[in-house]
Amino acid sequence: MSGSAIPSSVQRIAVLGAGHVGPVIARIALDAGFEVAIAASGSPENLELITQVVMPGAEARWAADAVAAADLVVLAIPLHRFPALDPGLLAGKLVVDAMNYWAPADGVVPMFKGQEVSSSEIVQRQLSQSTVVKSLNQIAYQDLEDGRRPAGSPDRHAIGVAGNDAGAAKLVGEVIDRIGYDPILLPSLSAGRILQPGGPIFGAVLARSQFELAIRTTAVHA
Amino acid sequence: MTTSTTESPRETTGGSTPFPLVLGLDTFGDHEHDARDRPLSHAQTIRNVVEEGVLAEQVGVDFFGIGEHHTDDFPMPAADVVLAAIAARTQRIHIGSAVTVLSSDDPVRVFQRFSTLNAISSGRAEVILGRGSSIDSFPLFGYDLADYEDLFEEKVNLFAELRKGGPVTWQGNLRPSLNNQDVVPFTENGPFPAWIGVGGSPQSVVRAAHYGFSLMLAIIGGSPARFRPFSRLFLQALEKFGREPLPIGVHSPGHVADTDEKALEEFWPRWLNIITKMSKVRGFAIPTMESFRFEVGPQGALFIGSPETVAQKIATNLKTLGANRFDLKFGMPGLSPASVLKNIELYGTKVIPRVRELLAD
Ligand SMILES: NC(=O)c1ccc[n+]([C@@H]2O[C@H](COP(=O)([O-])OP(=O)(O)OC[C@H]3O[C@@H](n4cnc5c(N)ncnc54)[C@H](OP(=O)(O)O)[C@@H]3O)[C@@H](O)[C@H]2O)c1
Repeated sequence: MSGSAIPSSVQRIAVLGAGHVGPVIARIALDAGFEVAIAASGSPENLELITQVVMPGAEARWAADAVAAADLVVLAIPLHRFPALDPGLLAGKLVVDAMNYWAPADGVVPMFKGQEVSSSEIVQRQLSQSTVVKSLNQIAYQDLEDGRRPAGSPDRHAIGVAGNDAGAAKLVGEVIDRIGYDPILLPSLSAGRILQPGGPIFGAVLARSQFELAIRTTAVHA
Repeated sequence: MTTSTTESPRETTGGSTPFPLVLGLDTFGDHEHDARDRPLSHAQTIRNVVEEGVLAEQVGVDFFGIGEHHTDDFPMPAADVVLAAIAARTQRIHIGSAVTVLSSDDPVRVFQRFSTLNAISSGRAEVILGRGSSIDSFPLFGYDLADYEDLFEEKVNLFAELRKGGPVTWQGNLRPSLNNQDVVPFTENGPFPAWIGVGGSPQSVVRAAHYGFSLMLAIIGGSPARFRPFSRLFLQALEKFGREPLPIGVHSPGHVADTDEKALEEFWPRWLNIITKMSKVRGFAIPTMESFRFEVGPQGALFIGSPETVAQKIATNLKTLGANRFDLKFGMPGLSPASVLKNIELYGTKVIPRVRELLAD
């Protein structure tokens, strides 16, 4: 990729994080026909067995190798580990921020503490050479796989996609759609605040209509 | 291990198990209300838990577990003390934590307390270690939530050393080292059973195998079947580390009453109340009746209903997961002692024999 953070299409996905949600994201991406690499903070050797059994078809790699080969990188690491992540690793990449910040349950992370802006805006500020889109953060890992529905199903669920770059958000929206959810595009990372913990959508598995209703009613009361 | 890696793990069952079937009960010391819905004292709730443990043995339950919690809804910070009281009044039932929040405890003290419990109960003690999804112990004991991974990793490592018996030499970053240190009381018959409670992280499954702990799958939301690959992962990881197979258990919440309707009616308002409080702490949207119905249904993680409904669901999931043990987390803050005792009685006299029957063929 030549400097631009937005590929023309997405075929290879790198998932950073092999805890609760990373492997589920890897699995549903594989099901949707993407090539998937997964990395944790250490050596891929530690992930080989997990990958083989829990996400057959994915490739365990060092984070740097997984990212280098990817069209899209999903950040599925705990937010308190993000400040130590080298932004250079993700330079020039389209990054889906699936992380959440909720101090009462996860502890205070100074980089994010007391900020008026959404957590993904801080992630974007830090990853100044990447294009950040917030998505895949709002549905709990235990619901993410079973919540999928084919396109056109009347009971299809929705996942929010927020980005400052409309082209990048659209691309991520296409990935979400292929995975099995209706993408709901939000016009900016700031607007993505609605997807955060404490908001009306976080942790819920909602149909598009319920999702849009929640956005409208929250906007009225904000 | 004969499992071929080419078959899709999502299509197969977790595998059969060589271990005997164990059917247990867990409580978090859920704060009970009297028949007129007034909260009992914490002290009375704790005394009731002792009676519940005694009743569990009488009706044929194999294991009684108490999970550490530190709130008004679950006033149960010293589960081992309560377990000791139950041990003194029972002969057969196994007793243990479900879970001990090891991250905010001292592994040496945990070992000593459970080794003492094992002495009192003549070898009936077990410990289930958890990282602590209930986070109230962290501020209480001055731990930083951002350290939870390191705390758990290091403390599990030390606990595994302690459990082997004999003088311990150990070095870590978060606790003073031990140098050829005796840790008493010594156990009479080797290490007592120890488990790691695992949510949905495959790395935790591998960690349990690495240290030689049994695997307790805590399934509290979503479809239990999605844990299938974890049983295989656990067995393959044990093999990789050169260990013999170890038991696999499932812990899930539920409630048994005479009929499905009665069980749902009793449980739903209490569950909604607690989940609403939890949603404020954790920042998630309050679940709907629709999501509750899903969890109660065949695909969900709540084991609620008549003895037949609950027994069928337990048997199905044990088979699917290749697990040999099921622990029902009974009670919910606000339920009355009468409905809790009824639940225990039905679980012991109806659910357990029925599950054994269903799994016999
Ligand atoms: N759990 C959910 O239901 C859910 C749903 C949606 C979004 N999320 C968000 O996703 C993130 C992860 O949550 P989780 O529950 O999956 O956490 P988790 O179980 O603690 O897993 C964290 C994973 O991140 C890895 N990791 C840490 N630092 C890393 C680095 N610098 N590079 C690569 N990998 C690294 C860890 O690997 P090592 O062990 O090797 O360090 C581990 O595999 C959080 O921000 C959470 O808010 C969670």
